[in-house]
Amino acid sequence: MDAIERFRQVVADPKAYARRWKERSGGPIIGTLCTYAPEELILAGGALAYRIVGGSGRTDRSDAHLQSYCCSLVRGALDDALASELDFLDGVIFPHTCDSIQRLSDIWRLNAETGFHLDVVLPVKLTTKSARVYMAAVLAEAKIRLATLLDRPITNADLERAIDTYNAIRTTMARLYALRRKGPGILSGSDMHTIVRASMTMDRSEFLEDLRPLVDSLEGQTGAKNRSGKRIFLSGGVCNLPDLFGVIEAAGGRVVGDDLCTGSRGLTGQIDTSEDPLTAITDRYMRRAICPAKHAGITRRGDELVHQAKACGAQGVIYLFLKFCDPHAFDLPYLKSMLDAAGLPSLLIELEEQTEGRGQLQTRCEAFIEML
Amino acid sequence: MPSDLKPVDAAKDRRKIKSVRRMKEIMTAYYIDAKTASDTGKKVAWITSGGPVEPLIAMDVIPVYPENHGAMIGAAKMGVDLCEKAEAMGYASDLCAYARADIACATEDGGPIGGLPRPDMLICCNNICGTVLKWYEVQARYFGVPLFILDTPFTHTEYSPAANQYVRAQLVEYLSFLETHCGKAFDRDRLTEVGRLSVAGQKLWQAVLHTTTHRPAPMSAFDAFFHLALIVTLRGTQTVVDYYTELLAEMETRVAEGISAVPEERFRLLWDNLPVWYRTRWLAEKFAGHGACLVADTYTSSWCGAMPYLDESDFLGSMAEAYSRIYINLGTDLMADMVVEMVSTYRADGLVIHSNRSCKPYSLGQYDIQRIVQERCGIPSLMIEADMTDARNFSESQIETRIDAFMEMLATGCSPRSRPFP
Ligand code: SF4
Ligand code: SF4
Repeated sequence: MDAIERFRQVVADPKAYARRWKERSGGPIIGTLCTYAPEELILAGGALAYRIVGGSGRTDRSDAHLQSYCCSLVRGALDDALASELDFLDGVIFPHTCDSIQRLSDIWRLNAETGFHLDVVLPVKLTTKSARVYMAAVLAEAKIRLATLLDRPITNADLERAIDTYNAIRTTMARLYALRRKGPGILSGSDMHTIVRASMTMDRSEFLEDLRPLVDSLEGQTGAKNRSGKRIFLSGGVCNLPDLFGVIEAAGGRVVGDDLCTGSRGLTGQIDTSEDPLTAITDRYMRRAICPAKHAGITRRGDELVHQAKACGAQGVIYLFLKFCDPHAFDLPYLKSMLDAAGLPSLLIELEEQTEGRGQLQTRCEAFIEML
Repeated sequence: MPSDLKPVDAAKDRRKIKSVRRMKEIMTAYYIDAKTASDTGKKVAWITSGGPVEPLIAMDVIPVYPENHGAMIGAAKMGVDLCEKAEAMGYASDLCAYARADIACATEDGGPIGGLPRPDMLICCNNICGTVLKWYEVQARYFGVPLFILDTPFTHTEYSPAANQYVRAQLVEYLSFLETHCGKAFDRDRLTEVGRLSVAGQKLWQAVLHTTTHRPAPMSAFDAFFHLALIVTLRGTQTVVDYYTELLAEMETRVAEGISAVPEERFRLLWDNLPVWYRTRWLAEKFAGHGACLVADTYTSSWCGAMPYLDESDFLGSMAEAYSRIYINLGTDLMADMVVEMVSTYRADGLVIHSNRSCKPYSLGQYDIQRIVQERCGIPSLMIEADMTDARNFSESQIETRIDAFMEMLATGCSPRSRPFP
């Protein structure tokens, strides 16, 4: 079985993978809610970081705790937790993100049975020295707490090993992204999405072991499968609609890059191995691509988006927006005007999980891509 | 009909709070002052409702509150129009209505007072929500003025010393930000004095709110919503101290003379979340019609809730904790503890929860708070789905039916005496 096929199987049922991993390794699994979860610490503690990206589509159990004007990601995740679908977890880590995740953390702590609960209240502002000092303090404390909760020391050597693994994953993924940029036909959008999702689920060393040869072999065949199509950059938050990639491709588009939360965002930035490990991890968090719930200057996301889309040679940008997501909703108008000013046409797709029919989506994508 | 010929309802007249007039005068003068700032050479800072205003007062900067303005827009029933304009600009209709109204208003100087004066700087404290961060980013881009962010980490369970250090450091940064943008040195002695007045104002505000522990209550939460504006906007000035001294005296007189907010107070209720600005009168009358007085609320009490952390002798140092540990910056169960305490202090018979579509950090978690309060206090609760400023999210008939049913249940099944709570 080739690596892609293995990733597909993992992503088709990540919970089953997690259960098998646990049986096989006996290690603890920690659920995380966002790309700001300190994954390096989790790995250094000998645990598997399992990214929770929404739920299984139901909300009837979370409806008793969350109003309908909360995003489906938060409602779905809680629903899964309440339904014991995440019973393989030994704990959860909630990094501070948006207002909805902030409250989800409380509600989860009060109601779900998923082991220990750790809030990592990172700074929201990432521009100042004092924020950096605070970030370092929060991560240092998280390390101590995590060691206690996992009942094992987390040494600098453990951290260094974890950093090496993550650096290797991020560099290899960057190579993959570069390949796609050069020849978008090399990998379908949904396969790319699958690989990123696998990187948030699988045992990180095993993932890397599978990923490396895959990227090596793809590098060997650059150019061979260079299908034509309009070059599309995907922007936004979480994409929980793998179908979408098929839709874009069927409409004549080729995804050449993204800044998605379930995409490149968590994969940006290397950790400096010459520094003290915690300091180096802190530095990366201050530098990496930001989420709209954080502040790094008033046009940082817009600048990054335009820069990345241009660097990818994108002809258009498709923005994925999950209904009720406040941080993204506030950014939309200014991102659109910055894209307009840069001569990049954009299309907004509002994702309310399982609502917009494939047909309608297809029509809109086709109209947009045709116009490019 | 000329007003002097109107039939006079003596009892109703007696129940009117006389200080209202003075309050209106002060707020009018304040807005005139703010709107003429460019003529008088004063600087204007827009600041979030939970933000640290005292350093601005100490620097003679006029603080302006888009949220207070949002409330005025709501009360003037201009919220829907402005929200729709923001939606036409591309802002989703699920965003906070204050933010939407303000963003649209800034572009056309609309609203009840013809828009807010242009800011010279923006001060955003995220102790109330993450929304203000994004909203102030929008305004910083629009006006092209400097933005200061006071990042006050959320307390889920325990207050963190690291967070305290972080906020303390930022307060120092805040003062130098003001020095840079006001072009003068910060006067720390002046801040000590402003701090003293701020604490005095908060104490008085708390005392005013506390008068409703008396049965019957001399005022209701609906009155508190109105009189709140001063402690929010001009905290740290003598005006606030003087005004609340008067208001407190009036309330004490009302208690002594047996004047109540609601003609015949039979039920005492607690309100959770922001008011429904465009329907305060309707709601007040609706509840009063059932003999129910909303004696307290979690919203107006937020502007005196952090007093235990303020230290007059080290105002600047203690601001870090006081500005971080406010009601809405706490974990859901800590909020529930405070509601439980309020139920007991104000001897409430029921809880009315406004599930406010605009405000996720305040509203998400309410179902759990409702359950906890019910379990611990044994009092019933009513949830109303609405929005503070966007009237499109208010269904009068549905809400009316729910209030009637709730009040009927309180009157029959669940008499105040039968509940297990003291
Ligand atoms: S950032 Fe947006 S999508 Fe993510 S949890 Fe928050 S509201 Fe939902
Ligand atoms: S109403 Fe809620 S979301 Fe809006 S500014 Fe106030 S605290 Fe923030």
